[in-house]
Amino acid sequence: MSEGHSTYTPKSGIGRWFDSRMPLPRLVYDSFIAYPVPRNLNYAWTFGGILALMLAAQILTGIVLAMHYAADSTLAFDSVEKIMRDVNSGWLLRYLHSNGASFFFVAVYIHIFRGLYYGSYKAPRELLWILGCIIYLLMMATGFMGYVLPWGQMSFWGATVITGFFTAIPLVGDWIQQLLLGGFAVDNPTLNRFFALHYLLPFMIAGVVVLHIWALHVVGQNNPTGIEVKSKTDTLAFTPYATIKDGFGMIVFLFVFAYFVFYLPNYLGHPDNYTVANPLKTPAHIVPEWYFLPFYAILRAITFNIGPINSKLGGVLCMFGAIVMLFLVPWLDTSKVRSAVYRPWYKLFFWLFVADAILLGWLGSQPAEGSYVFMAQMATLFYFAFFLVALPVLGLIEKPRRLPNSITEAVLEKNKGGGGHPAGATTAPETKG
Amino acid sequence: MSATDTQDPNRRDFLYVATGMAAVVGAGAVAWPFIDQMRPDASTLALASVEVDVSSLTPGMSLVVKWRGKPVVVRNRTEKEMKDAEAVNLAELKDPIARNANLPADAPATDANRTTPGKEAWMVMVQVCTHLGCIPLGQEGDFGGWFCPCHGSVYDTAGRIRKGPAPENMAVPVFQFVSDTKIRIG
Repeated sequence: MSEGHSTYTPKSGIGRWFDSRMPLPRLVYDSFIAYPVPRNLNYAWTFGGILALMLAAQILTGIVLAMHYAADSTLAFDSVEKIMRDVNSGWLLRYLHSNGASFFFVAVYIHIFRGLYYGSYKAPRELLWILGCIIYLLMMATGFMGYVLPWGQMSFWGATVITGFFTAIPLVGDWIQQLLLGGFAVDNPTLNRFFALHYLLPFMIAGVVVLHIWALHVVGQNNPTGIEVKSKTDTLAFTPYATIKDGFGMIVFLFVFAYFVFYLPNYLGHPDNYTVANPLKTPAHIVPEWYFLPFYAILRAITFNIGPINSKLGGVLCMFGAIVMLFLVPWLDTSKVRSAVYRPWYKLFFWLFVADAILLGWLGSQPAEGSYVFMAQMATLFYFAFFLVALPVLGLIEKPRRLPNSITEAVLEKNKGGGGHPAGATTAPETKG
Repeated sequence: MSATDTQDPNRRDFLYVATGMAAVVGAGAVAWPFIDQMRPDASTLALASVEVDVSSLTPGMSLVVKWRGKPVVVRNRTEKEMKDAEAVNLAELKDPIARNANLPADAPATDANRTTPGKEAWMVMVQVCTHLGCIPLGQEGDFGGWFCPCHGSVYDTAGRIRKGPAPENMAVPVFQFVSDTKIRIG
């Protein structure tokens, strides 16, 4: 899609001077103004822009918070309280940042599920998908380290549990954990290095985002039909069509975000994190941030040894395996048809998978005892079965619905069905009925 | 030998390999301090041993002291708690190793091996769950020993893992009774 020749023509003398020396305005014009987007993109496609906005907002609020924060185990908790009480507008900036992290994950989960539903990971978009998975991993690392900084009880014990994952690695596990912690337990050296990395990683995310967008602009956007763009009538210019749609999506998203920031600022947090970290006392019930809960449930579901793999290593392997599955999706899915719109069975399994992910999230928030353990084991089994059984097998046995010949045809057919555009009936009479 | 000599391996090949090797060794030498600085520093490694006065502990009571940043529990067990722990068939244990720093590494996890001779009522143990490092709660769980609230691991009255995801018995640190009422840990 991007192979088309640039249509940028600088209008002023300064524009021409720039264009012949460093064509940055041309890059912006070709990427965000003239860039052709499929004409049938729905609101699920606005989350890419929303994610870019959230990343920028998090970096902005984060830099400002860092000016008031003290990364020292004796000062950190108090400095966060100082931000809340003494720093002018500090409460707002901190709530924007902490809730911003949650909404960043809300957006990324919708973005990932959209990719899964419409088959956006299939050739030639495998690399685009994998770059997205890398961004997601970096986001998780950043979110985790950020949650440690307020140095509350959940910060401390979350860090203890998550760095404890590495002790499951045979032979070198304990050494790696000490390397991460800078000691034998979570303490001041841990807090210092987590702060430095929490500051660094968002810029690495921004770097991978550039690669992600670059890859996107080489292969072009997928669309709800999953059919490649074939002619000029299949596309519209990025500006104003996608710009306005993205802008509207952002505004609606920010409304919900603002509601949480102003009316439910601690709803997504945990009250235990307003208690200063105490290395001698574990809270009665450790839960990670909500966006890690499904993986946490998978970690806890493995309570049994599997051959030479003990339950601890097994749990850690399953948890990381759950993320590895995402990286493998382009090769696990054997279907030639991209979009779930034309795959009745895949559509069913997709929604079961969504339900399973939500169930795992809920189980992760419950104590690991009684029937919850069994339910988590079953949900974990389904999670892996979706990737390792449903994706490969459905592609082989499923009979997809008839695909439209082009995006344009799909759009016109849909409008005819809605009765809104009588013109559609005359331009595609062969699709009647 | 001239620079255009084509005989293999020629002097140019040698220079390429030597330059490459120097670059690899140099990169490693520069990378090492960046990894090395992450390891526990001297102040963290300077481990003090702690002495604990346990004269106030009557059977059934326990106390916790901080050692190397981790909690160490000292528990004066009751007759029943000891009997329960002794009665366990070793074949039932998930981890059959004593994990006692005062004994050889392969000592079996009998109740006697989890304690110190002559002071079998006393459990001295790093109270850190071997799963992911939480602090288990004492006098809790199905066996009346310890229960980890994080991921549901259950330990018996000798601190041995009996149920849940933890792989190992809780560690017994190096310790000794310096007098009848005083324990030195470390």
